Amino acid sequence: MIVRELDLDLDAFEGPFDLLLTLVLKEEVDLADIDVAGIVVRFLERLAERDALDLDACGEFLVLVAALLELKARGLFEDEAAELSELEPEEAAEELARRLAEYRRMKEAAGWLAERLSSERDRFFRVGPAPFAPQPERRLAQQDPESLANVVRLLAAEPPAVSLAHMELRFPPVAQFLERFRALLGRRSVFDFDSELEGLSRAEQAIAFLALLDLRRSDEIRISQAAPFAPIRVSKVGQESAAVNERTNAWNVRSA
Amino acid sequence: MERPLRLVTANPLDQLARTLEALLVVASAPLPVEELVAATEDDPERVELALGLLGERYHEGRSGIVLESVAGGWAFRASRDAAEACGRLFERPVQRGLSQASLETVAIVAYLGPCTRPEIARIRGVAADSAVAGLVERGLITEAGREDGAHGGAVKYKTTAMFERVFGLESLSQLPRLDDLPGDVDDLRERLHAVAEQRSA
Repeated sequence: MIVRELDLDLDAFEGPFDLLLTLVLKEEVDLADIDVAGIVVRFLERLAERDALDLDACGEFLVLVAALLELKARGLFEDEAAELSELEPEEAAEELARRLAEYRRMKEAAGWLAERLSSERDRFFRVGPAPFAPQPERRLAQQDPESLANVVRLLAAEPPAVSLAHMELRFPPVAQFLERFRALLGRRSVFDFDSELEGLSRAEQAIAFLALLDLRRSDEIRISQAAPFAPIRVSKVGQESAAVNERTNAWNVRSA
Repeated sequence: MERPLRLVTANPLDQLARTLEALLVVASAPLPVEELVAATEDDPERVELALGLLGERYHEGRSGIVLESVAGGWAFRASRDAAEACGRLFERPVQRGLSQASLETVAIVAYLGPCTRPEIARIRGVAADSAVAGLVERGLITEAGREDGAHGGAVKYKTTAMFERVFGLESLSQLPRLDDLPGDVDDLRERLHAVAEQRSA
């Protein structure tokens, strides 16, 4: 008999034993759903059909079923596997025995409850939501109408106008930067844009950048940058080297 | 025709007993003595005595309504003689039995509660989620706070008054003591230790 070809007909699986093993190893079948006892019974049935005891098959089956049971046990106590593995064998045995005893008691208790439920079968009583408890009556203290009028007067007063002063943005005109950059380019043919921004506020930096774009639009300057976020170099038209010119054009085309 | 005069000596507790009777009819859950005392604004001892009077009147075999001490309070239920007729009209709260998993789970909650789903799973060796959900739905267990934890620990569960009523328990102390339940695993323990000795050898 070939154990691997043992036909199984379980609740959660139907097919040959080796397919079940493959599916379990691939975690496509949850071992917790597999009735291992059912597999054993099926094997015994097949074994009984034969006259001679197939020791090889028995040995192979024992190994496979033991592995399956170990996997199933580990699956059931996943979080505790590490905890248990740190124990000495005697301690682990004692811990397991303690847990088994605990479970057995609970099983007995469940049996007692089942009997009790059966003996109390003819117990009928009213089931329903409890009627509402009465709401405590809230009594108001003696009120003075004048104090109510005072409060209403406070509410009726015109609130002070909200100041919007903090929302006004003050920044220099673009022309100021245009002049500044033109003057700079009068003195130097190339300058570093970033170093010109030092000490300026964010709004001023933005205006300066607009001025820069304005100069580029009127074709007064060339702008180059070695890499994104690298310093921006500004050069007067006609002053830049041919190579820089080419690279700048390429950059402009790409960014356009 | 003139009726003969009869001297009726009213029991001084009669009025109180009638009030208690009314309270118990209105209530849908067992009423503890303290609540009956608060509602009647009477003396606890007198309330107990009046409950005794009612108990004699509403007794199995004597009345269709039976007064019983259940789930930590006093409540009316149908007499057992009327159970069959009641069953034709009404379903019992746990008519369709409980599965083995549910019984084991409710036993764990009754004995060890308030306890969490992971604790139940640890004892039973399988996830307790569906059994717990079913028991909550049937009203046999209910949430009882959370475990301590930085982000709110697991929900804890305890049995309800409905559980005690369905199982006819005055309180959880009526459950058999856990130590009295057979939990002997001596044979298994011996076998486990034998294996342990072999492994450490």
